[in-house]
Amino acid sequence: MSNFFNKSDLTRQDADKIVSETLNNCDDGELYLEESKSESILLDDNKIKSSNYSSDLGFGFRAISNEVVAYSYSNEISKDSLKNSSENLKSTLKSIKGTYNHEIPKSNKKFYEDINPIEQKTLDSKLEVLNKVNDFLRKKDESVKQVTASFAGEQKSIEIIRSGGEALTDVRPLIRFNVSVMLEKNGRKETGVYGIGGRQSYDDYLKNDNWKNVCEEAFRIASVNLESKPAPAGEMKVVLGPGWPAILIHEAIGHGLEGDFNRKKTSAFHDLMGEKVASEGVTIIDDGTIDNRRGSLTIDDEGTPTERTVLIENGILKNFMQDRHNARLMNTRSTGSGRRENYRHIVLPRMRNTMMLSGNQTQDEMVKSVDKGIFAVSFGGGQVDITSGKFVFNCTEAYEINNGKIGSPIKGATLIGDGPSILKEVSMVGNDMMLDPGIGTCGKAGQGVPVGVAQPSILIDKMTVGGTKL
Amino acid sequence: MVKDQEFLKSKASYCLDLAKKIGATDASVTVGHSISETVNFRNKSLEASDRSDGLALSIETYLGKRRSSISSSNLLDENIKTLIEKCFETTKITPEDEFNSLPDKNLLAKQISSLNLYDETRFENDKKIKYLKDLEETASLDNQIINTESSFTENKSNFILANSDGFCDGYKTSSFAASCVTVAKDENSMERDYEFSSKRHLSDIKQATDLGYKAAKQTIRKLSPKKIGSEKISIIFDKRISKGMLSAFASAISSSAIARGTSFLKDKIDQKVFANSVNVIDKPDIIKGMGSQNFDSEGVNSNTLQLIQDGVLKNYLVDTYNGKKLNLKSNGRSSGTTNLYFENGNISYEDLLKKNSKSLYITETIGHGSNLVTGDYSVGATGFLVEDGEFKYPVNEITIAGNFKEMFKNIILANDLEFEYSVNSPTMMIEGMTVAGK
Repeated sequence: MSNFFNKSDLTRQDADKIVSETLNNCDDGELYLEESKSESILLDDNKIKSSNYSSDLGFGFRAISNEVVAYSYSNEISKDSLKNSSENLKSTLKSIKGTYNHEIPKSNKKFYEDINPIEQKTLDSKLEVLNKVNDFLRKKDESVKQVTASFAGEQKSIEIIRSGGEALTDVRPLIRFNVSVMLEKNGRKETGVYGIGGRQSYDDYLKNDNWKNVCEEAFRIASVNLESKPAPAGEMKVVLGPGWPAILIHEAIGHGLEGDFNRKKTSAFHDLMGEKVASEGVTIIDDGTIDNRRGSLTIDDEGTPTERTVLIENGILKNFMQDRHNARLMNTRSTGSGRRENYRHIVLPRMRNTMMLSGNQTQDEMVKSVDKGIFAVSFGGGQVDITSGKFVFNCTEAYEINNGKIGSPIKGATLIGDGPSILKEVSMVGNDMMLDPGIGTCGKAGQGVPVGVAQPSILIDKMTVGGTKL
Repeated sequence: MVKDQEFLKSKASYCLDLAKKIGATDASVTVGHSISETVNFRNKSLEASDRSDGLALSIETYLGKRRSSISSSNLLDENIKTLIEKCFETTKITPEDEFNSLPDKNLLAKQISSLNLYDETRFENDKKIKYLKDLEETASLDNQIINTESSFTENKSNFILANSDGFCDGYKTSSFAASCVTVAKDENSMERDYEFSSKRHLSDIKQATDLGYKAAKQTIRKLSPKKIGSEKISIIFDKRISKGMLSAFASAISSSAIARGTSFLKDKIDQKVFANSVNVIDKPDIIKGMGSQNFDSEGVNSNTLQLIQDGVLKNYLVDTYNGKKLNLKSNGRSSGTTNLYFENGNISYEDLLKKNSKSLYITETIGHGSNLVTGDYSVGATGFLVEDGEFKYPVNEITIAGNFKEMFKNIILANDLEFEYSVNSPTMMIEGMTVAGK
């Protein structure tokens, strides 16, 4: 746990006083203090290409009245600096008065341990694993032409001070291990990428030579792609594999259910609460409470304990994801979804671990039911236009399906669909729900935050596949 | 006020001295300070104000051919000391890499000419508010516009880059940026579009009313889109999309991608990679240019580079490390491109629209569908169907796909280049791409 009040002339009493006095006539707001330590080590092209350590310290001071948010941050934690920020907030909100809401729910549950993963493993032993990865892959097959492997670890300590002196704290570990391999065969080059991670120590992931499984998976994906043919173009049936392909849910549905876009009525979902937005059998939740997951949080960045929020239940839209600001303006409660990348950024309602729950069909049944379509197993990134509802994601491993049978692998293609209607096209939900390996980062308004996704295999009756083959 | 050169220089030399003292054979340090103020508006009233004040420090220490780095936002001397010691401890156990070194001394920038990148004008928040009010008044004139959001950001930055070979220089920059996002709705659809202006000097920012008017107009014309069938069709890329082609090209010729062998343009120097008429230039010394620089992030002097001449690839973007690997001298591009542009083609915008009886005009793409290893390209797209030079109707929920290798050779550029951003392109047509729709 960081002590933010032994770094300069700023004492806790000073901070409490400035915070209370600044937020007195506001509806909400807080002082957010953050200290993070992070490390990244990269092996590339047979060498340790970089090892970087970074430490970051700062505060963000927020005051909200009515619909107006005033924010000021600095990386100088001092009395002067905090006073300057206070003046800045007051000058923005001078003519708007509010009533401070002191209420904030409490919980004793924790979803990860107070550890610093960087310090738990020596640099030498991390370098050793990266070198083993490199040797293992290069010896595996002569088609391996490039190997990139990396570790990223972080410990972030936060403290939230609210008007009246209430303080809330959290210590968040996060690690990620990633392998990328490029193969070359008969003049063709293809890459395969795989990674794992979460809010745990490196050793929790790397025990029993688990790094080998990560290498094998990256190699397998690249090998499949070496045999890939041009992807088809046009509307067809799509079977999605379990796990990481749930970024479709994240892009197509998740963003559109974030509170801010619905308060502003710029989301394609804003007038669909209580309506049927998905096929029967489709239930989607956003859960911040799964132990050690990348998207889990003990408390969100406003201090609200996270929860398991049901977004869509059996096809019916039930809830949006809310931070305090949007919840207040929409007369509802925060779902513990208020997040920020770091102290430099304002809080926005964001996803945590977004999951579609299992149904009772099998992947086999889905594939057998398709005359012509594709089977998509893994994806790169995705993106959505909240307003029109159109979303895309890029296949990194996919196959064609002909007459109920999985055929040749196909080249990376973009899939495009319409968020509000895509879940109505889901005609089968598998019994094989799987969590992603812990690698997702979601971007919104220039802020990246770690997230998770999960889903079973699903069959979508109609989606546009953006290949080149007509 | 943004910190002055003296303050930043004193921090930088403190770092270099300390690194030397504890045994580093070489070191380089960057210290920067940046102050930004943003005002956000929504539906003609104030929504948020945001002030940021940030110091940043990054240090690299060398022990012979060993290197590692640290970065921090905490510039207290005591913290810097702890970090440099930690950095050097890491350096000691990091394996040697024969290509690690400071840049060649004779390549370092010597004379710094003023590129007029700093405008000290303070645009007070009250003035920002007035600007955004005018902007949104205009943007919301049409009653199909149901939401307007806009923002104005003012930024002032200063930095010093110093290394143990005696390089020590830096300069102030400023930027002013206004943007507007509008949402329009009709009985069939809801659509969003935007317009923005970003400049070094306040006086060059577009008129508030022009921005608002343009954003609204571009949004309204997207209403009630149709999906079209899957076919091969010639595609016209609006300027705001065609410049993205240049960015993809720049990534593919970075010396790091070339040295790693992960670019479809590897080993293509002196070969034809674009259509004959295409010229691509990267020019760092444009007065007030958004991408202008006196030297790159290693202190290496940067000159104008002709990247593509008559369709032929002439240069990669080279930094010190990858340059040594490829046996090339750094050309001052460790920070990537500066002001990158396609030279004008020789057909007018109007003639480009008429060139084919039917084409698809793209105004927005979504997704990260560029694979720089294979050159494969596939993205979601929004735009308009153009017939006989006329915009017929808006189109969405389609993808466009091709491969950069063929796409680059089929580029036809209009003659409507303007220098608005750090990457600029005329309107572009590419024939023979695939559209996937219905």
